[in-house]
Amino acid sequence: MRIRRFTEPIFESLIKICGYSSGFVVLLIIVFLFKEGISFFGSSPVEEGFTMYVHSNNPVKDLSAAQIKDVFDQKITNWEALGGTDQPIERFSLDELGEAFTEEQLGKDFEFLPKCIDSYMDSLPGSLAFFPSAQTDGKLKSAIPIKIDKITVGKFLADTEWFPTSRPAARMGVMPLLLGTLLVSFFAIIIALPLGLAASIYLAEIADERVRKFLKPVIELLAGIPSVVYGFFGLVVIVPFVQSAFDLPVGETALAGSIVLAIMALPTIITVSEDALRTTPRAMKEASLALGASQWQTIRKVVVPYASSGITAAAILGIGRAIGETMAALMVTGNSAIMPPTLLQPVRTIPATIAAELGEAPFGGLHFQALFALGCLLFIITLIINLMVERVSAKRIN
Amino acid sequence: MANKLETIDVNLHYGDFHALKGIGLAIPDHSVTALIGPSGCGKSTYLRLFNRMNDLIPDVKITGKVLMDGEDIYQIKSSKIDHLRRTVGMVFQKPNPFPKSIFENVAYGLRVNGISDNSFIENQVEKTLRQAALWEEVKDKLKKSAFELSGGQQQRLCIARALAIEPTVILMDEPASALDPISTGKIEDLIFQLKDQFTIIIVTHNMQQAGRVSDYTGFFYLGHLIEFDKTKKIFTNPSKQETENYITGRFG
Amino acid sequence: MEFPESNERRKKLSQAIMFGLSRGISYGIVALLFLILFFIMKQGIGVISWEFLTAMPTDGMTKGGIWPAIVGTVYLVLGSMLFAFPVGVMAGIYVNEYAVAGPVKRFVKMMTNNLAGVPSIIFGLFGMALFVNQMGFGASILAGSLTLGLLALPIVIRTTEEALKSVDDTFRQASYALGGTKLYTIRKVVLPIALPNILTGLILAVGRVSGETAPILFTVAAYFLPKLPSSIMDQAMALPYHLYVISTSGTQIEASRPMAYGTALVLVVIVLIVNIAAALLRNYFGKKVKMN
Repeated sequence: MRIRRFTEPIFESLIKICGYSSGFVVLLIIVFLFKEGISFFGSSPVEEGFTMYVHSNNPVKDLSAAQIKDVFDQKITNWEALGGTDQPIERFSLDELGEAFTEEQLGKDFEFLPKCIDSYMDSLPGSLAFFPSAQTDGKLKSAIPIKIDKITVGKFLADTEWFPTSRPAARMGVMPLLLGTLLVSFFAIIIALPLGLAASIYLAEIADERVRKFLKPVIELLAGIPSVVYGFFGLVVIVPFVQSAFDLPVGETALAGSIVLAIMALPTIITVSEDALRTTPRAMKEASLALGASQWQTIRKVVVPYASSGITAAAILGIGRAIGETMAALMVTGNSAIMPPTLLQPVRTIPATIAAELGEAPFGGLHFQALFALGCLLFIITLIINLMVERVSAKRIN
Repeated sequence: MANKLETIDVNLHYGDFHALKGIGLAIPDHSVTALIGPSGCGKSTYLRLFNRMNDLIPDVKITGKVLMDGEDIYQIKSSKIDHLRRTVGMVFQKPNPFPKSIFENVAYGLRVNGISDNSFIENQVEKTLRQAALWEEVKDKLKKSAFELSGGQQQRLCIARALAIEPTVILMDEPASALDPISTGKIEDLIFQLKDQFTIIIVTHNMQQAGRVSDYTGFFYLGHLIEFDKTKKIFTNPSKQETENYITGRFG
Repeated sequence: MEFPESNERRKKLSQAIMFGLSRGISYGIVALLFLILFFIMKQGIGVISWEFLTAMPTDGMTKGGIWPAIVGTVYLVLGSMLFAFPVGVMAGIYVNEYAVAGPVKRFVKMMTNNLAGVPSIIFGLFGMALFVNQMGFGASILAGSLTLGLLALPIVIRTTEEALKSVDDTFRQASYALGGTKLYTIRKVVLPIALPNILTGLILAVGRVSGETAPILFTVAAYFLPKLPSSIMDQAMALPYHLYVISTSGTQIEASRPMAYGTALVLVVIVLIVNIAAALLRNYFGKKVKMN
């Protein structure tokens, strides 16, 4: 008895601590996600440890990541296009320097590098150079570092290109990924909602008890199949089907993703909206039938409107699941950040991007942080969706 | 006065449960009949015979005859059931307006039965809301949700909803049991006025209510109809001991 | 009142069409499920053999078996449940038995719901940041198990809560009346009655965890390992990740396709077993409780 008096409070506080575990985990997720994600903003898009220089006489003093990429892709070849004087842009880095100077001239540990750059640059007033910061910082006379716009939340959201590994300046615009995610998810719900609603109406209002007892577990089984198996099924069945049906060069498209995600969203939609339909009071249905309405009229005009907030919750929940779905999207959507995304082309979703790229992004680097920033965005979206569902469901109770 | 409704030796089973045992009863036209008895005695089940609401429950078996204007409503084609339900209005225990506007609640029966003439519907809605003594209270907020009304108003709306398709019979299943005394009074006044045009059957737990509003009273007990007579007779001089015990409150 | 006769026909017709349609769609969805299952079984059954289940992969994972992936998944399931089950059950006890209705309880429930709605890839990111890097576990069975455990936590909490909620209050009152303390009542009276339903939740969580890929991508999963893991600090292969890898990457996708079908079949069979076990458990104990 005495021992119990001693142990019970310990157990009870343990229970209490565990009770807060989910809140604690959510908090930890937020902290760790946002710690990495936020440090992404305010950093320079230029590869870490490198600085970009222009000739000290060049009137152009700052560039954006997009402009630098265009220059290195040779889409822009003249300073005039960047607001400077009419002269061709000469890009150069260690590679070009290595051709112009011997190893001896550069020095064993690149100790003469600044001198070489200075002399090379003097001869090329239109040059745009990038070099390791450690060897060049403050040591150049004829070149000055160019100011490059820092990454901001606005640019992250609005930039329309995702080239996280492009050198020397990465482009990390979330727009194509966000639009891709939304396109795939919304189209999935457009497919799944009418089917799911019809099935939930059948289960809640039409099917007799025996049929329902058979159908329900089957639909729950559909929810239990791992997403990687859906992805695999999509890859070997849906993708070739989409390819041949629309005569496409590749079958890995947004449409294939939407079809697979629609199948995956069905059990959620069916279960949630069936529960909602079942809350319709029997007397309300009887009142409709007593007025001479047919069973279908009663369903359409009384039962469905009564359950409308539950059905809305089901749809939102389905969209949330689709937006967060990783493996199936990764395996069947083709993963190409095309802007603007369309149904019959490959798209790249946010979760698929994280899954595909995190393994290759150097730990702590800009790309790594960018993927965490994507994670933050995804987390915020799903949080909003969860809150919306909670609000809509709360409305139903009132 | 002719009999509007009549049942002859009606038995009803829910699965194994024998809910109505050989009920024979004739209900005169343009009258109010109260059905009383303790919970589970079969009075609500009996009421629901007349618009075939019991059909909706699985495993129900019904024998005997249920006549309306002399025609057995359990012999009609299944396609005529909607027609039957149009001629028999029903008001439920708790107010159960549809999740629609006040106007659309009343118009519902018209619309589902194929009436699309809007000016006719508007007239009919106003007429029935007046009949249900609700028009003055709601005429400025017809577009508002029916859920915004008070419980008593909702119940009168449900009565208006039933009246809109002009039935000849109205079934009321404890229509005031969920309402406060003032709302109950209004519903009772309404029943009194509606008697001229309709044949009304009302199930009630409330003896005083049965005494106030009805012309005839039937007492049900354990699935049997114990006694049926003029209300005055039942309440002053019942011929059966069980009836007397019940109305004097000795059980139930 | 006169009602148009034509309306009756229209009513009947639209009802017949819509009922038929919704029945057709429902059976269509069921047919789709069977199609998926049948397809994977048909393609995978020929691959399944004793050797497939118990051998190491060979020839760039185009031949041999999936033994290390099975072992890895078993370790991950055990590890994650070791964490999620006790914590989740205790949290469920807290929510249903201790928390007083009010803002705190609402908050706890809301957080559990939110956690359940967090996409699995976020768990992967989080597990990498916390367990792999911050805590220094590296990509390991420990890090992967903890990550999967967090993912399973809301499932266990919610099923426990539901199970406890369905225990009639009279049991508790009877125990209190005999002088039982709260914790004693929960341990000796409430938990035994709720146990079958709690176990059902556990089984479902096992099913979920064994099929998850995204959370283990960066926390434990290895593309290929020549040896079985020997400690919880080792990386491991896992069935879902193995299926992903051999069906999408590598130079010999076509050659490893049979292996992929076999792996998919194993995953599907796990899901089937889990669901059937949960249903049986529910049925068996459901009857037993009623009999008492």
